[in-house]
Amino acid sequence: MSQLVVLICGAGTALADAAQPLSPTNIFAPASTPARSIFGLSLFVLAITGAIFLIVFALLLYSVVRFRRRKNDDGREPPQVYGSNQVELAWTIIPILIVVALFMATARVIALVQKTSPPSNAIAVTAIGHQFWWEYRYPDLGVVTANELHLPVSDPVHPTPTFIQLLSADTDHSFWVPRLGGKTDLIPNHPNTMWIDPQGTGVYLGQCAQYCGTQHAKMLLRVYVQSKDDFDRWIEQQRRPASMNDTVSQGREIFETTACINCHTVSGTVASGRFGPDLTHLMSRDTIAAGAVPNTPENLRLWIRKPDAIKPGSLMPAMQLSEQQLDALTAYLETLR
Amino acid sequence: MSTDTVTLPRTEFASRPVVSRLHDWVTTVDHKRLGILYILYALVFLVIAGIEAMIIRIQLIRPHNDFVSPQVFNRMFTMHGTTMIFFVVMPVLFGFANYLIPLMIGARDMAFPRLNAFSFWMTAFGGLLLYFSLVGANGLYGAGNAPDVGWFAYAPLTSRTFSVGHSTDFWTLALLVSGFGSIGTAINIVSTILCMRCPGMTLAKMPLFAWLNLIMAGLVILAVSPLTAAQIMLLVDRYLGGHFFDTQAGGSAVIWMHFFWIFGHPEVYVLVLPAFAFVSEIVPVFSRKPIFGYSVMVGATVAIGFISMSVWAHHMFTVGMGANVNTFFVLSTMAIAVPTGIKIFNWLATMWGGKIEFKTPMLFCIAFLFQFLAAGLTGVMLSVAPFNWHLGNSYFVVAHFHYVIVGGILFALFGAFYYWFPKMSGKMYSETLGKLHFWLFILGFHLTFDFMHIPGLLGMPRRIYTYEPGRGWDMWNFIVTIGVFFQAAGILVFLINLLWSYFRGKAAGSDPWDAWTLEWSTSSPPPAYNFSSIPVIRSRRPLWDLKHPADPDWNYE
Amino acid sequence: MNTTGIRLAGGRTELDRPTRGRIGMLALIAAEAAIFTIFVVAYLFYIGRSLTGPTPKDVLTVPAFYTICLLSSSLTIHLAATALRRCSVRSFGILWFVTIALGAAFLYGTANEWHRLIYQEGLTISTNLFGTTYYSLVGLHAFHVVVGLVSLSLVMAFTFVGSVRAEHAERVDVLSLYWHFVDAVWIVVFTVVYVIGR
Repeated sequence: MSQLVVLICGAGTALADAAQPLSPTNIFAPASTPARSIFGLSLFVLAITGAIFLIVFALLLYSVVRFRRRKNDDGREPPQVYGSNQVELAWTIIPILIVVALFMATARVIALVQKTSPPSNAIAVTAIGHQFWWEYRYPDLGVVTANELHLPVSDPVHPTPTFIQLLSADTDHSFWVPRLGGKTDLIPNHPNTMWIDPQGTGVYLGQCAQYCGTQHAKMLLRVYVQSKDDFDRWIEQQRRPASMNDTVSQGREIFETTACINCHTVSGTVASGRFGPDLTHLMSRDTIAAGAVPNTPENLRLWIRKPDAIKPGSLMPAMQLSEQQLDALTAYLETLR
Repeated sequence: MSTDTVTLPRTEFASRPVVSRLHDWVTTVDHKRLGILYILYALVFLVIAGIEAMIIRIQLIRPHNDFVSPQVFNRMFTMHGTTMIFFVVMPVLFGFANYLIPLMIGARDMAFPRLNAFSFWMTAFGGLLLYFSLVGANGLYGAGNAPDVGWFAYAPLTSRTFSVGHSTDFWTLALLVSGFGSIGTAINIVSTILCMRCPGMTLAKMPLFAWLNLIMAGLVILAVSPLTAAQIMLLVDRYLGGHFFDTQAGGSAVIWMHFFWIFGHPEVYVLVLPAFAFVSEIVPVFSRKPIFGYSVMVGATVAIGFISMSVWAHHMFTVGMGANVNTFFVLSTMAIAVPTGIKIFNWLATMWGGKIEFKTPMLFCIAFLFQFLAAGLTGVMLSVAPFNWHLGNSYFVVAHFHYVIVGGILFALFGAFYYWFPKMSGKMYSETLGKLHFWLFILGFHLTFDFMHIPGLLGMPRRIYTYEPGRGWDMWNFIVTIGVFFQAAGILVFLINLLWSYFRGKAAGSDPWDAWTLEWSTSSPPPAYNFSSIPVIRSRRPLWDLKHPADPDWNYE
Repeated sequence: MNTTGIRLAGGRTELDRPTRGRIGMLALIAAEAAIFTIFVVAYLFYIGRSLTGPTPKDVLTVPAFYTICLLSSSLTIHLAATALRRCSVRSFGILWFVTIALGAAFLYGTANEWHRLIYQEGLTISTNLFGTTYYSLVGLHAFHVVVGLVSLSLVMAFTFVGSVRAEHAERVDVLSLYWHFVDAVWIVVFTVVYVIGR
C-alpha cells in the first residue's frame, strides 16, 4: 500500500514537472500549498474515476461484442432475466464505499484550504474586482496599485503566505491563478478570503473566471512573486508619491484639467478618482488594460485615443484629444514610474 | 389486438385545403399532434442554436480571432444555452412524453387536452419572445440585441445598471412564459399517469418510460417554480425599484445564485430522466431481454429525484459559502452518483446475455452508455470541491455538461427518434442514412467534447470571446472547432433522413421492432382515438404476453 | 368521475383512483407552494438587513380581524362543498357567497393596510429590502386570493343561473382545495411577516 502511495506521489511529481511547459496556467503544475493540496487530491480522484471508467468501459465493450446477434442465429429469444437482488446489492454497496472514501479525502482538503487563519507574518492584500480590471490594496503597507499583484516568495520551511480579501465594486468576478490555487469569486456585498503561498519566484498568469460583462475575457491576472528584498523594494517604490517632472508639465496639465482625474488617481496631485486604476506608478507595470497589451508608449497612446481598438466594450472612454495633446499626455504618463 | 395494417388511400385527405389542415394543427388538442408540434418546434430551434454554437466555435478557433465582436459573442453563448435548454431539449422531451405516455398506459389522451395545447403554445410563444429580442430589445429602433448575461443570468449583471436596454427583460419574460407551459405539461403528465392507466396497469406494471417521466414531471413542478419566483423578483428589481438582488441596498447577489440553482440542478435531471426513459425502452427491445431490475430502476430514479433537490450549491463551490456548507454539498452530490451508477449497471446487465441488434436506435443507445459513463465520472470529479475550485467555470465544466447533454441526452434522443419514427409517421427511416448520421456525429462529438476537457485543465475559463496565445490552449481549441462541422453534417443527414423517409420510406407496420409495450399494438400512425377498446393488461410487457402465450411475463414478475 | 372497480381475472378488482381534477389541482398547488417558498425564504433571509427606512416593528400592525375572515372562509367553503355533496344546493349557495364575502373582506383589509403603509408610513416596494420583500410576498398572496375570488365568483354566477347541481360536487371540492391552499399560505405569510419578522 505504501508503495502504491509512493508510486502515485512519484507519478504526481513527474506529472507536475511535465505539465509545466504545457501551459503557464496548468492546474497540474502547482506552485503553492493550496494548489498542491488540490493537486494531490485530484490525483486520488483521477485514479479512482479512471479505474471505474476502465472497468465499466471494458464490461460494456465486452457485452456489446460477446452478446451481439450472430448471423447464424436461430431466432429464439434469449433467456429472459428479470433481475437479481444480490447483484444489485453488490453494485450498490461498492459505490457507496467509494463515495465514503472520496468524501473523506475531500473534506480533509476543504478544511485545510478553507479553515486556515492567517499567521502573524502573513501579507494582507485586498483585491477589488472592477469591470474589467483588478485593484490591489496592501492595507498594512499603504500601497494601492492595479492589475499586477506583487508578492514575496514563501519559503516552504518558514511560510509567509498572502491572505487576499476579495471584494467587488460592481458585478461578480473570480480570481483564478491556477498554479497558485483554486478560484474564489469576488461578489459585491459578500467579502471572500483566500490564501496562497507561492514557493517559486516568477510571473504567474491567470484571468477572471466569472462572466462579468463584455470584456470579461481580457481581465487578465499577473502575479509577480519576488524575493523578499525585491518585494520590499517594490513596496518602497509604490509608496512614493508620483514623480514630478517639469519637462512633461504640458501633459500633466492636460491630465489634470480633463476628465482623467474623475476616474484615476495620481497620488500627490489633484487626480483622486477611484473608478479606474491608480496610475501613480503606471510605468512600473509590464502591461496595461489589465494585461490586454504590453505597456509601450504606442499602446498607451492608442488606449487613450481609442480604447475600443484594444478592448472593445471596456469602460475607458475615448478621450477626445488632438494628436498633439495625446503626445504630451503620453509623455507625461511615461514619467509615472 | 390485430397487427394487420390497413393502408387507407390518402386521396380524401390530400384534397382538403391547406388552410383547413393547418387550422386543424393549430387548434389541435390531440396529444399525438401536440407531441409532433413540440418535436418539430424543437428541431427548428436545434438548428438555430447549433448555428449559434458554430459562431462561438469559429470565433474561438484561434487566439485573438475577430470573427465576431465580444458583444455578439456574449449574446451567442447566452442564446445558445438558453435556446438549447428551454426551446430544444425541454420541448422535444415534452413532445415525446406527450406522444407516448397515453399510448403506453392504454389511455386515449392526456388528462387535460386543452391544458396540453395551452402549454405548448405558451412554450412556443416564449421561444419567439426570446428571439424577438434580436429586433425588439432596443425598442425597434435599428437592430435590437439579444440577451448577453449568460444563460444563468447572475445578479448584479442583470440589474438595470449593468444590463441597459431590454435584452435581459426578453430573457426573463421568455423563460417566465415558457415556464408556465412547462408547469402545465408537468401537471398534465402527473395527472395522466396517476389517474388514467388502463385496467391491470398498477404503478408497478407501467413502463419505465412512464415512471421516469412521472418523476421528471414532479421535478418540473418543484424546480421550475423557483425559477419563476426568481424571475418575478428580477422583474420587481428591474421595473418596480425592488432590491432583491441589489447589492447597493444590502441585497444579495448570492441569493440569486441559490434560487437559480435550486431550479438549475433539478432541471438537468428533468433533461436526463426522459433520456434514461428512452434508453430503458430501447435497450431491452434490441437486446431481446426485459430490463434488468425494474424495481431497482424505479427506486433509483425516485432516489435521484429526491437527492437532486439537495445538491444545487455544487454550482457555487467558489462563491464563498464556507467550508461546512461546501462539505455538505460534496456529500449530497457524491450521493447522487450512486443511484445513477446503478442505472448504468442495470442497462449493462440488460444487454448481458442478450442478442443485441445494432440497428440505429441501439447504436445511439450504446454510445449513450459509454458517454454517460464518462460524463458521470467527470461529474464525480467536479463534486470534489477543491478540484472544483479549479475546474468550475472553466472549459472542463463546459465539456462535462455537453458530454451529458449531447453525449448522453442528445444521443438517447436520436435513438428515440429512430425508434419511434416508424410509429409516428408510419414509415421506416433509411437505415443507411441513420448509420451515416451516427458515425458522423459520434466522430464530431468526440473531437469536440473529448478534447474540450483539456483547455479547462490548462486554465481556460468559460465565456471568453477570445484568449491569449501562449497559454497552451490553441491546438485544443482548433480541434474542438473542427469537430463541430462533423456534428453539423450528422444533423444534416438526420434531417434529410427524417424528411426523405416521411415521404418515401417503406411502410413500417404497427410493430417493426417486435417490441413489447402498448404503443406497438396500435397502427402506425395510431388512430386519433389510440385504441378501439381500452386494453386490460397483466404484466409489464403486454405484447410479450400476447406473443408468448405459453410463457407470459406475469409468471415471473 | 372515479373509475369503478373492474373485475379482472383472478377475482381482483381495480382500485378506485382519485380524479384527474384532484391530482391536477394538487400538482398545481405543489408548484405554487414552491414559488411561495422562494419568496418566504427571501423574506426570512432579508429580515433585519435593510440599510435604511422603516422597519417592520415601526410600521406593521397585525391584521387580526382580516386574518380571521380569511381563515373562516376555509370553514365556510368546506361546509359549502359538503352541502353540495348532500344535494342541498341552497345551503351551498349561501355558504359559497359567505366565502366570497369573507375573501373580499380580506382583500379590502390588505388594500387598507397598503394604503396606510404607502401614504402614511412612506413604505413602498422600492424603499428598502423590507419594502421589497413585504410587498412582493403579501402581494403574491393577494394576487392568488384575487384569482381564487374570480373562480369562486364564476361558480357563484353558475349557481344563480341554476347550473350547479350535486353531480358537480367533486369539481367544487377541487376548487375548494385551491382556496384552502390560499389560506394555508396566509398562515405561513402571517407567521413570517407579523410574528417572526417583527
